Amino acid sequence: MEFLALLASTFFYFFSCCSTWLTFRKGQFHPGRFDLTAITLGVLCQSYFLLLRGQIEQACPIGTLPEILIFLSWAIGLFYIVIGSTYRVSLMGAFTAPLILALQTTALFLPRSLVSSKISSNPWIETHAAMSLIAFGSFGLACVAGLMFLIQKRQLKSQHPSPLFHHLPSILLLEKVTLRLLWLGFIFLSISFAAGFIAAPLVVDLKFYISLLVWGAYFLTLLGHQYHYLAMNRLAFLAIFIFLFALLILPGMRLFSHLLN
Amino acid sequence: MNIFCAGLNHRTTSLDIRERLALGTSEMEQLLKRFHHNDAISGAVMLSTCNRVELYAATLCPLRTLREFQVLLQERSGIEPLLYHHVTPAAVRHLFRVASGLDSMVLGETEIFGQVKKAYSFASQCGVTTRPLHRLFQHAFRVAKHVRTETQITRGASSVGSVAVELAEKIFGELAQCRVMILGAGDISERTARSLQSRGVRSIIVSNRHYEKAVTLAEEIGGMALHFDHWEKTIVDVDIIIGATGAPHAILTVEKLKPLLKQRHGRPLFIIDLAVPRDAEPAINQLEDVFLYDIDNLQQIAAESLTIRRQEVVRCESLIEEHVGKFLGWLHAK
Repeated sequence: MEFLALLASTFFYFFSCCSTWLTFRKGQFHPGRFDLTAITLGVLCQSYFLLLRGQIEQACPIGTLPEILIFLSWAIGLFYIVIGSTYRVSLMGAFTAPLILALQTTALFLPRSLVSSKISSNPWIETHAAMSLIAFGSFGLACVAGLMFLIQKRQLKSQHPSPLFHHLPSILLLEKVTLRLLWLGFIFLSISFAAGFIAAPLVVDLKFYISLLVWGAYFLTLLGHQYHYLAMNRLAFLAIFIFLFALLILPGMRLFSHLLN
Repeated sequence: MNIFCAGLNHRTTSLDIRERLALGTSEMEQLLKRFHHNDAISGAVMLSTCNRVELYAATLCPLRTLREFQVLLQERSGIEPLLYHHVTPAAVRHLFRVASGLDSMVLGETEIFGQVKKAYSFASQCGVTTRPLHRLFQHAFRVAKHVRTETQITRGASSVGSVAVELAEKIFGELAQCRVMILGAGDISERTARSLQSRGVRSIIVSNRHYEKAVTLAEEIGGMALHFDHWEKTIVDVDIIIGATGAPHAILTVEKLKPLLKQRHGRPLFIIDLAVPRDAEPAINQLEDVFLYDIDNLQQIAAESLTIRRQEVVRCESLIEEHVGKFLGWLHAK
């Protein structure tokens, strides 16, 4: 049953991507409404999947690499529903759906028990893991908003904008959305760190250092922008770079240590 | 019962005649009621905008209705206007084209949609509409929405002023917090400033070599005049600069802007250079957070939008034709 829910959510994301692509080709793009509906349905199906997995495992369903990816894409979708509709960020769904689809498809094709590490029954560990994934959900959407900012800024700088320009929101709105998502993600990541420290204060391994590096990178990025040392262009670029770095390194490291063991 | 339409528009009548024939709400109410007392006419709607005066009616005798409309307009203005007229199905097609912006002076403009809606509500309030007219106008609103969403007829901005507004909105979003500075008090800068003002910009500062001209323009547009010696210092506080001076060389240069940008803490600066020779050095577009558009850029964007709109006309007409067929189907089945 949970697999069906997962397939259904993947279908909704796939449908959103295809519809965006087709309508955009026809020049009839009406951003926002359709993507918001498709992603909301996708998130609902994912929520059902995570609920069922949680009941089976009697813990937060983030024990295997596929589950981690699904949880992460669920968090990105959830943030999109809140941000996308609140700020009416047109076209954000068109950028978000492919990212979620990529994560979810990877999860579907990976062996379901890959890198299985039973989350301990310690609630602090569960809080640590869940908060960390929610933080990366927020960072994921900040990455999307940052990409949209860079594209729109390039369009405006070109003095000869393409049709995409009409569908993208203003750069000031994208700046605001990117910044808020980065701060939100940073707060969740800090809570996750605190929970991890309470659960196991003495575990200082490579994962700890990489996670600290990611936390520090986000902290310095936000601080730099707050005190006007970092222009929005660079902040958007860093929002993309740090998220992709974390997305590749953290699960990759887990996979690598699993293979070594 | 025929659907009948008669009127005049920007293509058939000059502005000086149109302005004499334009109807206010009280006059419109009187005319509508006069039509309603006519036995042949079961319902009527009048549309009066700066570009057209039209009557839509459900009538048994189109020619009598046309003659009566002509007489009424003549009584009001003292001139015999040359009216075009259409009967079903051409009248239905005409209304659908008007509501969709295909018959407008600026192809694809959307203001007419609201004006048609207002005209219909007014006639409804006066109690002079009937079921076929109600159905016709509701269908026209649906067609206009359909055309707008299924085609690119409203895509992009089609004048220098509206392109400037669109670009400003893509930089700042809402313009309510934006401050504008106009350099030079010419016609084109005034029109562009008015376009921005219509979107609710916070304030407008006018600076001109001849201070008196700056004061006159500032008074006209509800802005503030500034001595030309002080405009450079004001750059720190403004978001949009409209350059339209007659200076023989660039007055906005990289050297002048660079130190001022540091004080802006990354806030975007949109420079609309409408002057020929140009007021802004092209290289300033390379500066971080500065967006420079000259008159050529703006005209090119407007021209491209219009080209796209013109290319869309065929698709719009075919959508309208489908809807005309549907409406006639309903009318004949009635």
